[in-house]
Amino acid sequence: MTKPVIAKANHIVKELGQGASKVTALRDVTLTLHAGELTLLMGPSGSGKTTLLSILGCILTPTTGSVSIAGEKTDGLSAEKLADLRRRHVGFIFQSYNLFPTLNAMENVRLALDVRGGAKGETMQQAEMALREVGLGHRLRNYPANLSGGEQQRVAVARAIATAPSLILADEPTAALDSENGHAVMQLMAEIAKNESRAVLAVTHDPRTHAYADRVVRIEDGRIIGDERRAKAEGNVAQYDLTRKRKSHA
Amino acid sequence: MVLTLAFRNLFHDRVRLIVTIVGILFSIVLVAVQLGLYFGASRIIVSMIERADGQLWITAYGAKSFEESDVLSGRERYAALSTPGVNRAIPVVAAFTRWKKSDGGAQLCVVVGTDAADGALAPWNIVDGSLSTIKLPDGVAVDETYFENLGVTKLGDTAEINGARVRVTAVTKGIRSFTTTPFIFTTLDRARSLLGMPANSASHYVVQLDPGADPLRVRTELQKRLPDVEVLTRDEFHARSLDHWLFGTGAGVALIGGAILGMLVGTVIVAQTLYSSTKDHLNEFATLRALGSSSGYIHRVILAQAGLSAVIGYGLGMAIAIAIVMASQNTALPIVMTPTLAGILFALTLGMCAISAVSAIVKVTKIDPAMVFSR
Repeated sequence: MTKPVIAKANHIVKELGQGASKVTALRDVTLTLHAGELTLLMGPSGSGKTTLLSILGCILTPTTGSVSIAGEKTDGLSAEKLADLRRRHVGFIFQSYNLFPTLNAMENVRLALDVRGGAKGETMQQAEMALREVGLGHRLRNYPANLSGGEQQRVAVARAIATAPSLILADEPTAALDSENGHAVMQLMAEIAKNESRAVLAVTHDPRTHAYADRVVRIEDGRIIGDERRAKAEGNVAQYDLTRKRKSHA
Repeated sequence: MVLTLAFRNLFHDRVRLIVTIVGILFSIVLVAVQLGLYFGASRIIVSMIERADGQLWITAYGAKSFEESDVLSGRERYAALSTPGVNRAIPVVAAFTRWKKSDGGAQLCVVVGTDAADGALAPWNIVDGSLSTIKLPDGVAVDETYFENLGVTKLGDTAEINGARVRVTAVTKGIRSFTTTPFIFTTLDRARSLLGMPANSASHYVVQLDPGADPLRVRTELQKRLPDVEVLTRDEFHARSLDHWLFGTGAGVALIGGAILGMLVGTVIVAQTLYSSTKDHLNEFATLRALGSSSGYIHRVILAQAGLSAVIGYGLGMAIAIAIVMASQNTALPIVMTPTLAGILFALTLGMCAISAVSAIVKVTKIDPAMVFSR
């Protein structure tokens, strides 16, 4: 049975810069992301991974081609309308976590809910739930400076899932993490991707992440050169049993 | 979360916060003192007009203020009394002259001649002696603020005005003049005598109307009958005096100019610190934008930062300003602080901080959320 389409990029061309410095970052890229899948977008530096991620996340607009997120077309939308679309449908996980250093874990997650206009009591409850879901129930009031890199990335994951988005986009989520934390974060993302109304796309060139992917898309010189569906390496995943870890902290 | 984020951004960098608060505080104190002096001066300038019990004033043509008017001959009074609607026209004398201290020094003063029984104008806030003691031979009332200038210290002290002996028989508290030239109250006839004015002459006539009479209609009629003098309503005389002393002399312009300068300095300091704070938090604002926040949400964070700075700066600034106001109360020109002025200052502070936020908002409006991927 075909899984529902969450995001679709159709014949995307993206040119960056102007005049002599103009480069074509994406050349006729078509990519469909399905619910319940963790897709890895892999490729060397400068291949257009992050540009494609930004276009799918409605942060950049394509030079030509079209994008739809959760059935909504993004063509011709203003910056405010695109922000609204992100608010309703997209969650981001960044390589450097991008947490607010002056806010604690709970507040960092609440912020993503607050920009959607949620009531205080409701956002607190949702933020706490999201943090417990990523195994940080015991770190609610800790500031980023007092969290390890892995914990900070888990806060970022909690922030991304707290708003229940249809699409989660992760930019090199394990690049700044050691092996153990890298696996832990990927395990989390694989679990998040099990949600049948959500697609997860992670840009990475970390081979450790392969084991968790349902699909690996390869990009080079702005073109998709490979799209492989794969069965997860269950043994590898089981090695990092986060479920037990989270239960002990929640 | 808008307030929380704004508060944390502000307090994250204590040094910058202190610079911002000091900038606002400096601005508030400067503006409060300048405006307080302006309103204090205004209150003093019109105090005689405000205290006089009459709806219209007959003054010499071109009279600039209560203290600066030519002499009216006296016939104006009879013309006024024969005008329908006029109940009384009470003469008042006011003119600059010299007060010679008993130790030989001299001081410019304004002799004000009124008969309290006439009900037009009388000295107020008498703290020693009474209205009746002013009628005693050579009696005058002086304000305790000017004791040192006049070379007197108590009731019974004597001096000379134009060669005639005067004696302090009453003391008032808080009757000050804008020019710091002391007012010397005495009876109407004694004032005429001291100033060398003819009997029946006056500087002004305070006109009291019949009950129900229309001041503007009576004023028009009086002006027709007295074409060589001016007939002014209380408000007109009030405005003319303020215009003369505050704007004719440039004093008001200097005070208001000082207040505007204070606002400008405050605005520049707050704008500079808000801008640099926003620049430092640009990545966070870009993250917010990537998370889908509207630009309005980010603007609210910056405005909340400006608002919080305004409230803290205003609170501290007003505390200092009120201390200065209290310390000025026994000086020749007390600074005025009223709830309305405090409210105006608060609104000005908020406005100043909102304007200061513009450069930061412009900066953040140009933010590219894609920068979150390049960190």
